[in-house]
Amino acid sequence: MQSLVIVAHGSHLNPDSSAPTHDHADTIRSIGAFDEVRTGFWKEEPSLREVLRTVEGDEIYVVPLFISEGYFTEQVIPRELRLDGWDVSQWDSDGLSADHAVITAEDIDRTVHYCGPVGTHEAMTDVLVRRAESVTGDSDVGDGFGFAVVGHGTERNENSAKAIEYHADRIRQMDRFEEVQALYMDEEPEVDDVTDFFETEDIVVVPLFIADGFHTQEDIPEDMGLTDDYTKGYDIPAHVDGHRIWYAGAVGTEGLMADVILERAADAGASIGDALEIVREQTRSAEPAMGD
Amino acid sequence: MSVTLDSIEPNQFDAFLSTLSSEDVIAFDDLYVRYEPKTDTYEFETNEITASRLSESELHEQARQASDYLTNWWFWSEVVGDEVPHLFAFLRFLEDGDEHPVVDRYAALADGMTKAWGQLQITTTLAQDGARQYEIRHVDDHDSSASTLDAYSDPLSARDISTFDGKGRYRPLRTAPSLPTGWVFTELSARDAYETVDTFYPATIANWYREHQGTIDIDHWRDTAERQTGIYGIIDELAYDAVEHVAATCCTDSQCLKRREWQYDEETPLHAEGGDGIFPCREPCSLVVAAARKWTTLEREETETYTFELTSSEKEQIEDIIHAVADDETDDIREADVYEGANRYRARFLREKRMDEHGHLIEADAGHGHSDHEQDTHEE
Repeated sequence: MQSLVIVAHGSHLNPDSSAPTHDHADTIRSIGAFDEVRTGFWKEEPSLREVLRTVEGDEIYVVPLFISEGYFTEQVIPRELRLDGWDVSQWDSDGLSADHAVITAEDIDRTVHYCGPVGTHEAMTDVLVRRAESVTGDSDVGDGFGFAVVGHGTERNENSAKAIEYHADRIRQMDRFEEVQALYMDEEPEVDDVTDFFETEDIVVVPLFIADGFHTQEDIPEDMGLTDDYTKGYDIPAHVDGHRIWYAGAVGTEGLMADVILERAADAGASIGDALEIVREQTRSAEPAMGD
Repeated sequence: MSVTLDSIEPNQFDAFLSTLSSEDVIAFDDLYVRYEPKTDTYEFETNEITASRLSESELHEQARQASDYLTNWWFWSEVVGDEVPHLFAFLRFLEDGDEHPVVDRYAALADGMTKAWGQLQITTTLAQDGARQYEIRHVDDHDSSASTLDAYSDPLSARDISTFDGKGRYRPLRTAPSLPTGWVFTELSARDAYETVDTFYPATIANWYREHQGTIDIDHWRDTAERQTGIYGIIDELAYDAVEHVAATCCTDSQCLKRREWQYDEETPLHAEGGDGIFPCREPCSLVVAAARKWTTLEREETETYTFELTSSEKEQIEDIIHAVADDETDDIREADVYEGANRYRARFLREKRMDEHGHLIEADAGHGHSDHEQDTHEE
């Protein structure tokens, strides 16, 4: 029996934090790629401490719904899941290349496949692009458009910026958008000055965040000048300094994220049949993102 | 009175025979059946019947006459199975399966057997083939007609129902006693009943089962505090008395329906009430840890002596306001009920009279003022 466990941060304050986790879990359940799909949270329930004891399978794939390798994926999750003898060297990663490790979860005395975070998987690049398609309502978006990938920055985690650069490079290599730029909230180049970095009139801005919250719904829209007051909402596109800004909100809310979760599990050996194709197709018809 | 189901389904008897051919013996609840290969006959025994040297057709007839026993075996062995021990044990608990004989249980199930699990009321009934069906609703809706409640059948709907309380506020703690009312899950299968309960109250069944098995793993306050890193790494500074306050604040039945089993440490119990809930709390939860972080920083402050002038009623009013907030009663105080100390107009009047333009209490000796209000930073 094959089980998928998606682990995420969650929040005591904001129900939107865990909403994408639940949505993607539901997508994967609906296509039956796993015998069971469970979710576990640092701040919500079931907690990371207790999620594994609700899992019934003997082939267990744990996928962290986090953007980058770092404190949570390397310390908090393994500790709370009680992955016996975990050492980050088991991932043998350069900060972007964590794949998976096979390790015994002490709580249930079964082995689990502990996967790298979704945010550093190459398939994440496709989700960023899909997000641009969703927010513009144009599946061919690219010509005449600039693309900004926005991250938190290195203040909290050096690997966070690596993930942003990595995906920005990959989008650039697609040669699909006129210009591609990595921007940050707390360091140069800053998202506040987004219009300074693009020649194109149209700019799609996609934050590499798992869920919408304070940063993506309040800080970034105000910092970019989409609105003076986030509570009043903003237009999509919004007109700023002669540019049209198509602000997409957190990439993690995009339906195609389910694909990255599946890719992580498949890379670790999960047998998922044609689930990837189904998810890619099924999530294509997702409603365009709304700003509010 | 036995509610004998008047027949058994062909697939049920097939499963019965198939099990006997592979295992020779079925012994479950009050049913005992044995296959004797030498004579190719069966021995059949219930609380009411003892028969031996039965041919297969006689066995079939006997099984039909004792269909309660047979369908009971079929449900527990073939429908539920024992692959997931806590699921099996939980469903048995719902019908007191280990306490009452099959015949009595079937009689009770005909009317429905009801159990409470936190704020859930779970009623087990029999379907025509002896499979169980489950209905789940809020305990406060026990008198409501199901037709007046919003009906659900997908266990995952429990997630959305329990995300907000009746006033639309986000519920960060799934086991808080603030589950909204007005919904019902009907005709659930055994598996879906389990999943629904596990969605409302994640991991409570697994922990309850471990407790019954004597294998519950308790992480006491010290274990949990010392495990923390990052911004929560400081909570192990909290003194025993403060941990008592934390437990009394967060872990009573008025705040959480889990029964606190964790103590200060293995040797040092906490005296705060831990609640009477059916499912255990095996370690300080993330909400307690996050709140404890704030209390750790607050507990670092030294006390100071302030002098404020208040009338006796004003002092009482401040106490009323603290009680109203602590007991979540502010919404219950009517707008014009100025007899309540925590009434909005009463609080506004007190603020006008006793606080300055910065919102700080005016001290009696203005020259002895403190300026530490600026330290009041907002943290999660």
